[in-house]
Amino acid sequence: MTGQALIFYTFAAVAIFSALMVITVQNAVRAVLFLVLAFVATAGVWLLMEAEFLAIILVLVYVGAVMVLFLFVVMMLDFTGATQKGPLRYLRPSMLLGVGLALGVVFLLFTVIGPKQFTIMDYPSPAARGADYNDVAHLGMVMYTDYVLAFIAAGCLLLVAMVAAISLAYRGHRAKRQRPSDQVKVKASDRIRLVKMSPGSRG
Amino acid sequence: MVPLSHFLLLGAVLFSLGVAGIVLNRRNIIVLLMCVELMLLAVNTNFIAFSRYLDDVAGQIFVFFILTVAAAEAAIGLAILVLLFRNRGTIDVAVMDELKG
Repeated sequence: MTGQALIFYTFAAVAIFSALMVITVQNAVRAVLFLVLAFVATAGVWLLMEAEFLAIILVLVYVGAVMVLFLFVVMMLDFTGATQKGPLRYLRPSMLLGVGLALGVVFLLFTVIGPKQFTIMDYPSPAARGADYNDVAHLGMVMYTDYVLAFIAAGCLLLVAMVAAISLAYRGHRAKRQRPSDQVKVKASDRIRLVKMSPGSRG
Repeated sequence: MVPLSHFLLLGAVLFSLGVAGIVLNRRNIIVLLMCVELMLLAVNTNFIAFSRYLDDVAGQIFVFFILTVAAAEAAIGLAILVLLFRNRGTIDVAVMDELKG
């Protein structure tokens, strides 16, 4: 086994193990952390395929921003009441359907993309790129020419998503605020009210 | 070098785990969102594998845009989740059956 294969199988095993833990672990915080591990392991696999820019983006943007957002929401919302009581107590016929569906997908994919179709003869391993190959430059050259409209559309999409997320979660001003103009304009009669009472009257 | 089918099998296994997680973990929405992320990761792995073996950089461009859309989806999904938790006090999937006829 070459060193490259060893690296691939190690990262693939870590990714599959942590993906398995994501869907089985009870604690939601641990599930997010295992998902982070799955992303990091997959970034290693992507590095092996010489997609350096996307591997770094996956770690920086995905693990650094999106997964931290997940972790933030999981820790902010206290849904201890919604935690699973244990996998067996939730056993339903629909779970059998889910397992059957997953196994069916695996079977289908293995027969379609199995080693018979994508052999090393049909798809020979590409030669390793030279040290002067610049993945970022190549990607940017294509992205800013052929795919520039899609790139702009992606920017618009991010803007719309940001506005939508803020307008969904924003609740307006709730804190008490001081209004300096009202404080300046206030008169003594607004503050205090003198009431005349006869000394003999009792309430 | 690792043959292409092994990369594709890795993607297939990750995708199936995502599908299984959506149906198995019916406890709260956040796990469902995480399973969707897992499936998108598997799809991206396939794109990058084909991009490398066919020597076409368009696959990596697609992965870039999928990551963009997935980030937007996660942000809006989590915002809806926070809103849901604020209004209902729970994010259990089993409780949300108001649209059931």
